[in-house]
Amino acid sequence: MEIAANALLLGLQYALLALGVYITFRILNIPDLTVDGSFTFGAAVSAVLSVAGHPFLGLAAAILCGAAAGAVTGFLQTKAGIHPILAGILTMSGLYTVNITVMQAPNVSLIGKPRFYEALYALLPNTDKDVLKTVCVAVICAGLTVALILFFKTVFGLCIRATGNNEDMVRASSINTDAAKMTALSIANALVALSGGLIAQTGGFADVNAGSGMIVVGLASVIIGEVIFGKRSLTLGLISAVVGSVVYRLIIALALENELFSADALKLISAVIIGITLCIPAVRKRIAERRIRRGAQKNA
Amino acid sequence: MLDIKHLSKTFLKGTPNAHRALQDLSLHLDKGDFVTVIGSNGAGKSTLFNAVAGSFLCEEGSIVLDGTDITYKKEHQRAKQIGRIFQDPMKGTAPDLTVEENLALAYAKSMRNPFASAHRRKDVDFYRAQLARLDMGLEDRMRTKMGQLSGGQRQAVTLLMSTIVTPKLLLLDEHTAALDPVTAQKVLEITKSIVAENQITTMMITHNIGQALHTGNRTIMLASGKIVLDLQGEEREKITLPALLEMYKEKAGKALDNDRMLLSEAE
Ligand SMILES: Nc1ncnc2c1ncn2[C@@H]1O[C@H](COP(=O)(O)OP(=O)(O)OP(=O)(O)O)[C@@H](O)[C@H]1O
Ligand SMILES: [Mg+2]
Repeated sequence: MEIAANALLLGLQYALLALGVYITFRILNIPDLTVDGSFTFGAAVSAVLSVAGHPFLGLAAAILCGAAAGAVTGFLQTKAGIHPILAGILTMSGLYTVNITVMQAPNVSLIGKPRFYEALYALLPNTDKDVLKTVCVAVICAGLTVALILFFKTVFGLCIRATGNNEDMVRASSINTDAAKMTALSIANALVALSGGLIAQTGGFADVNAGSGMIVVGLASVIIGEVIFGKRSLTLGLISAVVGSVVYRLIIALALENELFSADALKLISAVIIGITLCIPAVRKRIAERRIRRGAQKNA
Repeated sequence: MLDIKHLSKTFLKGTPNAHRALQDLSLHLDKGDFVTVIGSNGAGKSTLFNAVAGSFLCEEGSIVLDGTDITYKKEHQRAKQIGRIFQDPMKGTAPDLTVEENLALAYAKSMRNPFASAHRRKDVDFYRAQLARLDMGLEDRMRTKMGQLSGGQRQAVTLLMSTIVTPKLLLLDEHTAALDPVTAQKVLEITKSIVAENQITTMMITHNIGQALHTGNRTIMLASGKIVLDLQGEEREKITLPALLEMYKEKAGKALDNDRMLLSEAE
């Protein structure tokens, strides 16, 4: 039970990361590697401002900083014409220095410092603290998911979706594709940074390497969600990314608990799972083709 | 409506492969003109459309659309006033979005608030009414993904999309070339009726000389990036298909090595 509760708390926070990755990977159709850097950026800013006594300001700043990081990648991709993957890597790499500078150290501890969810403790003193923490995170996560669902139903949201789908057509239809990409990358990285900011505060520390491999975590969540819900609509896709994130945490927690593998093996296992899931369509096609060939041989 | 003056475009300028695709080309279109454009492969027809739509800037000349100089405007800015359809039915629509969403995207040109809902009931009813006019049963398939429609259906929807907000200029680049003869005819009929109804100034590239002569009110022929023939009024009405074909062969200056040309000749 405790494992599940913990996985839920973590999963809901990483869900924002998953939403960000969903926006770039599935909607824009660009794997955005800025994520690793912007996650840490959010964590660093949030932690430093919490230490200074402003946990809420910390979260707000994380959002803005993430959006700025996304805008830089967007600028490099569109105006500077740099390959999308390289653009992400450049921003991510540059952010390492920025993050160290923000934290003034490789890591920052928040022990004894104020956190965003503590406001609820004072409001509801008789409720379990862990429950309050989870409720607080859940409200943020649900609110943002709903906001995103509504956003992608607006005209501008539709333009972003179309840009990822058929850029030629969008350019011939009076939409500024550069602006659409920049906005989407900013929103995505703002979510990722907020995810990092939340985790720094609930976990009680920020580390300059916190973001390493986050793109894989986000992808794993998105893909697990798609395995559960299928790929039907965008609304469902956003929801499934959130659920996927929670399930991913649950799987990992259970595996670690039962000592199926060690914490060190986590990244390799995640990478293998993603690799396998992403190749399913290709494998299915092969199998179908083989079946047709066999059938033809039998009939001959 | 459209005023092109001394337009020149050289591809790969400064290299041994430099190619003058447009050579000092001037063209004036009045409001409501429907011009058909013919010319052999590589004559510069698509290049002319690309130049007008803003896919690239031309080194010389000017383009004025309805009194506004658009020579240096960006492609997406010009797209507010210029509707465009390509030969490839895949190019004009977003395959993973629904028919309704594609139309909403096109209709967005007319909306000032980008954060308005893309699924307003009033608009959806409007799209349905527009689709019904195509007479392809698409009004009942608005939630279908665009990628699941046939090429002809897509091209018809693309036509709706580029005219749903009446453009000042409509550019059709062999938009029926990839369709079977019956569907092509149908899409052409729909094109004619939409253009006539909204009095849209239109340019249509075609390799079918007969179609070129019987559609619209003016026919121009391009060769090596220049207008070599401009038929309108009485002269156009009097000319016969064989006579025009003869002219085509002569002006194009080379043998007809193109299957599409021969096919349309046979019709
Ligand atoms: N982007 C480009 N770069 C270099 N050369 C180009 C480019 N676009 C067109 N050209 C050249 O310009 C010339 C005119 O091409 P264009 O596409 O306008 O021909 P077209 O009249 O549309 O022919 P078709 O009937 O085959 O469509 C061709 O010789 C072509 O090779
Ligand atoms: Mg062409």
